[in-house]
Amino acid sequence: MDWSWLPEYSDKLISGFWLTIQLLVICSTLGFLLAVPVGLVQVTGPKWLAMIARGFCTVVRGTPLLIQLWLIYYGVGELFPGIEGIRESFLWPVLRAAFPYAVLAFTLSVAGYVGEVMRGAFAGVPRGELEAARAMGMSPFKVLYRIWLPRAVQNVFPTLAGEVVLTLKATPLAATITIYELFGRSTEVRQDTFLVYEPLLLVAGIYVLLTGIIVAIFGWLENRIPKPSVA
Amino acid sequence: MFESLQLLWIEPPGRGLSLLHGLFSTLQIAVGAYALGLTIGLFGALGKIHGPAPLRWLLTTYTTLIRAVPELVLILLLYYAGTSALNNGLESLGYDPIDISGLVAGIVVLGFVQGAYTTEVIRAAMMAVPKGQTEAALAYGMSRTQSIYRILIPAMIPFALPGLANLWLIVTKDTALLAVVGFFELASATKTAAGSTRNYLLFYSAAAVIYLCVTLLSNVVFRKIESRYRRGQATA
Amino acid sequence: MKSLKTLLAVTVFTAGLGMTAASADIKLGLDSAPYPPFADVDAAGKRTGFEIELGNAICKAMGETCVWTPIAWDGIIPALNSKKIDAIFASMSITAKRMKVIDFSDKYYNTPAAMVAPKSASIDGTPASVKGKIVAVQVSTTHADYAKKYFADSADEVKTYQAFDEHNNDLVAGRVDAVVGDSLAFADFLNGDAGKGFEIKAYLNDEAVFGKGVGVGLRKSDGDLRAKFNAAIAKVLEDGTYDEIAKKYFDFDIYGK
Repeated sequence: MDWSWLPEYSDKLISGFWLTIQLLVICSTLGFLLAVPVGLVQVTGPKWLAMIARGFCTVVRGTPLLIQLWLIYYGVGELFPGIEGIRESFLWPVLRAAFPYAVLAFTLSVAGYVGEVMRGAFAGVPRGELEAARAMGMSPFKVLYRIWLPRAVQNVFPTLAGEVVLTLKATPLAATITIYELFGRSTEVRQDTFLVYEPLLLVAGIYVLLTGIIVAIFGWLENRIPKPSVA
Repeated sequence: MFESLQLLWIEPPGRGLSLLHGLFSTLQIAVGAYALGLTIGLFGALGKIHGPAPLRWLLTTYTTLIRAVPELVLILLLYYAGTSALNNGLESLGYDPIDISGLVAGIVVLGFVQGAYTTEVIRAAMMAVPKGQTEAALAYGMSRTQSIYRILIPAMIPFALPGLANLWLIVTKDTALLAVVGFFELASATKTAAGSTRNYLLFYSAAAVIYLCVTLLSNVVFRKIESRYRRGQATA
Repeated sequence: MKSLKTLLAVTVFTAGLGMTAASADIKLGLDSAPYPPFADVDAAGKRTGFEIELGNAICKAMGETCVWTPIAWDGIIPALNSKKIDAIFASMSITAKRMKVIDFSDKYYNTPAAMVAPKSASIDGTPASVKGKIVAVQVSTTHADYAKKYFADSADEVKTYQAFDEHNNDLVAGRVDAVVGDSLAFADFLNGDAGKGFEIKAYLNDEAVFGKGVGVGLRKSDGDLRAKFNAAIAKVLEDGTYDEIAKKYFDFDIYGK
């Protein structure tokens, strides 16, 4: 195996690794934050809002992430020349960079999948606990924040860990829209050196390591939060 | 706006036909990969439960690695390593190298990945079958194989169905990743059509709609299958 | 259970159908993304373009059957070396860097590289003129090597794209300020609707980077295939087939010096 290219490309690989971590953390966090209302509104609701959330989850889960990514990046990009004065607007640096589009696509994807998970989680919290909280005089928001959300998260904690791992595994798709995260950098190495296996194996190893770290972190967190008693 | 909708038509200058060809290819790859995944998953689950320790260790490594590495990286590795290893092996044995069509390569690669996930789903389903049933079968004098074939597998199907339905959806969506390697299926057909006509919004939206139709239809079918397999069982 | 068995049988059968012993056909690898006017896919799904027609003519001159096999551009050289394809017929320039891993036939065309930017931009192809701008190229091309060599320091960023039309699209969208690519491939873009408002700012030269022209990529071990291709290329040049095909697409000499 030829590893002679490592020193030359190490800082590029490190910057790619850092970009992967950024994508992972930002999109998981934002996606989860978005998933909470998406899941919640399907349980409480006004009906019309619940239907929108349902539709959103169905579309996101029913289409490949790659198509969603390309639709957002190239589709929106196609509209740019038609909008007057967009290049002078202050939003232009954000609109023209590729990173925000990847963040948007991945965040929506996480929100769609985790929203569905949270829907089941919110529905699975025993009614009695919510009623008791209301009876004690907590406002609806307090009930959500103190009782409902924590209990829901408790129920589905392992699934959430799985979703973060899935998001990590989705990050290589960003390389198809010119974001040079870890996989994109390995492709660069492959092109320059014409080596096929070594860059891919190195990157695969790093992903396995990252997955292990994520699973370990969530495992530690799971031990910290109280286990849900069987309802 | 409506002139661009014309591009979706089946006859030229509409590119609808190439999208349909892509869809057909996608479905072929998905079905093949799903079937391959089922086969690997069935034997993998059996191996994990009943097999000797080295086999169990091997299977655990297989499922853990496949589920920890991004599909795109796996597809590239399996595509290059798989075909080159196969051809090298054949050449050393004295045979001519085999020409593997893109379709078969896609099926094998995706099927191999699916196998890891399917193993876990089927294993969980098998463990959910009450042990008493297998014990009763063995008490009746059935051989181990017969008890698996006649009792365990039919009994675990209702437990496995939700997971298997989910895996079907996953494999249909994963076929899109093959576009990055250049295989011909719906995502790559869309990319070519969009690139040639510069109507990215139109074609990617059309592709999304097509995938959505496949997903929704699959959901209906799986729900029917599930209700059939659960007939006679108490509904939750 | 019966259905499971039938499903298994069908899968094995189909897989068996998919595997055929290596046929005598020559698999010509080309980029899976369109690259007009050299290779494109029309609405009916038929392959068209200068290179497609030339490739078919060369194969006929060799007396072989060729099968066009699309491969993603960034994996086309590994595909050749792992025998997925037998030749690369995809506007691949003959460069010293590539000659380290593969062989080439004699050239079959040569066109200069160019830099394209909006008409109103003050970019003129020199490294100083792209200071603070974003330059786009296609990955794994001589144009990418040129951009990395000359523009990596002065430009804000050199972005690499998987396919030719992708960076053109981003140029139109305004995501990048200039693109470097083949001057003829740009002609198709500049003549179309999307290309209005853009022009070739400069022709770029550096023989060390761009090589002597475009040739058929072949494995180093395939010496006799190379001889066959060279003979066929010489034949189509001599007997006028080359000019006939070239005239359909270009009104100048594409073979070059």
